[in-house]
Amino acid sequence: MSLVPPRSGGPRPNVPVVLDGEEVSAYEGETILALARRVGTDIPTLCYLDGLSIHGGCRLCMVEVAGDSRLPLACATPVTAEMEIRTDTTALRNHRRRVIELLFAEGNHICATCVSSGACELQDLAATNGVDHIHYALEFPRTDVDATHPKYVLDRERCVLCTRCVRVCDEVEGAHVWDIAHRGNSSTLVAELGKPWGEASSCTWCGKCVLVCPTGALSFKGRSTGEMRHDPDVIEFLTRLRDEGEWVDRQEVSS
Amino acid sequence: MTDATDRPRLRVATAWLGGCSGCHMSFLDLDEWLFDLHERADLVFGPLTDVKTFPDDVDLTLVEGAVTNEDNLELARAIRANSRVVASFGDCAVTGNVTALRNGMGEPQAMLERVYVEHPDLAGVLPTEVVPGLLPTAQPLHETITVDVYLPGCPPSADRIRTALIALLDALSNGHPLPDEWRGPEDLTFGN
Repeated sequence: MSLVPPRSGGPRPNVPVVLDGEEVSAYEGETILALARRVGTDIPTLCYLDGLSIHGGCRLCMVEVAGDSRLPLACATPVTAEMEIRTDTTALRNHRRRVIELLFAEGNHICATCVSSGACELQDLAATNGVDHIHYALEFPRTDVDATHPKYVLDRERCVLCTRCVRVCDEVEGAHVWDIAHRGNSSTLVAELGKPWGEASSCTWCGKCVLVCPTGALSFKGRSTGEMRHDPDVIEFLTRLRDEGEWVDRQEVSS
Repeated sequence: MTDATDRPRLRVATAWLGGCSGCHMSFLDLDEWLFDLHERADLVFGPLTDVKTFPDDVDLTLVEGAVTNEDNLELARAIRANSRVVASFGDCAVTGNVTALRNGMGEPQAMLERVYVEHPDLAGVLPTEVVPGLLPTAQPLHETITVDVYLPGCPPSADRIRTALIALLDALSNGHPLPDEWRGPEDLTFGN
């Protein structure tokens, strides 16, 4: 299953589907999400990312299909002929809002102190899905920050367990540093079966996990307030070495 | 404002619970629109007034801050008992926000020791006089009292405050009930 549209000249979409009351044609084997995006229908997603395998963990893309009492995931469900799909009903909006609220309730998603505030998919999902407060009791968990890596920081309080980092590291970089350890509320992102990130020798420092993280869980070190470190002493070092003739003219060497 | 004199003036309050006052600073950023607000409403309580006890018969109260100590709890209950509409004003009231960062440390004593004893810049003495006792955890306002409207932001921008105030004052002065969608998803339950 892929969202990549077939090349031009290939088969034309010929599977008849009813999407939110409109008759549309789907490609054979196309997912509901791929179809919806192709025809311009917005279905909210969080764990889904173009280019990675499908996880189906966040449940935000659930839709209603006539004759199915469950709520299939748009990202993981291929269309079938004559399928009648609803993507935006009151029940779905309420379910999605609940999912987003639960994600907030089980972490410490304090936007005011987050390096990703204003560039966060969870924050955007809350705003666009009408979550203006969390009516579940907040858990206020105590979790670790792993700042042992020289370039990146993992703040587990911000992690929504979408596994984008796990998948991109495994499937694209080929390093497989990340995994989810434990289960249920104890689930947590670990590097190399539980090592501090800085000691994970399989990490190639490529930063793809940081690029795909939807929240502030993974960030570039040095971006948060107070992390900047200046080094004015380097100027004295440079001028002293220049005065002492430490740098040799290349032309002198070659002649 | 031609019909302002025909309607009874609304009574608006603000309150400062466990927050940094940034939301009130943003409220002051309404600048000259505060004159327009004054055309329609009296400010009857809050840090911007010198009133000591929460008055009766308030139409709208904007509550900044989490409920983090005994005074906050008492004031929150007085606000609810005497306000037609209560708005959580800013992220600390809506989620606990920075004020609730202490919750992950467990009992309040752990946070007090961390701040007043372990921190090298302070006197090494826990404050006990005058200050109200801390509750076990800092909580969003709606965990303590029923809240009608939520105004998120840290702080909410003056534009956002003005938009909310105009809508709320219009609804209140016309005697309209607040639209259901403003009240949030309290009625949601699993399995339906």
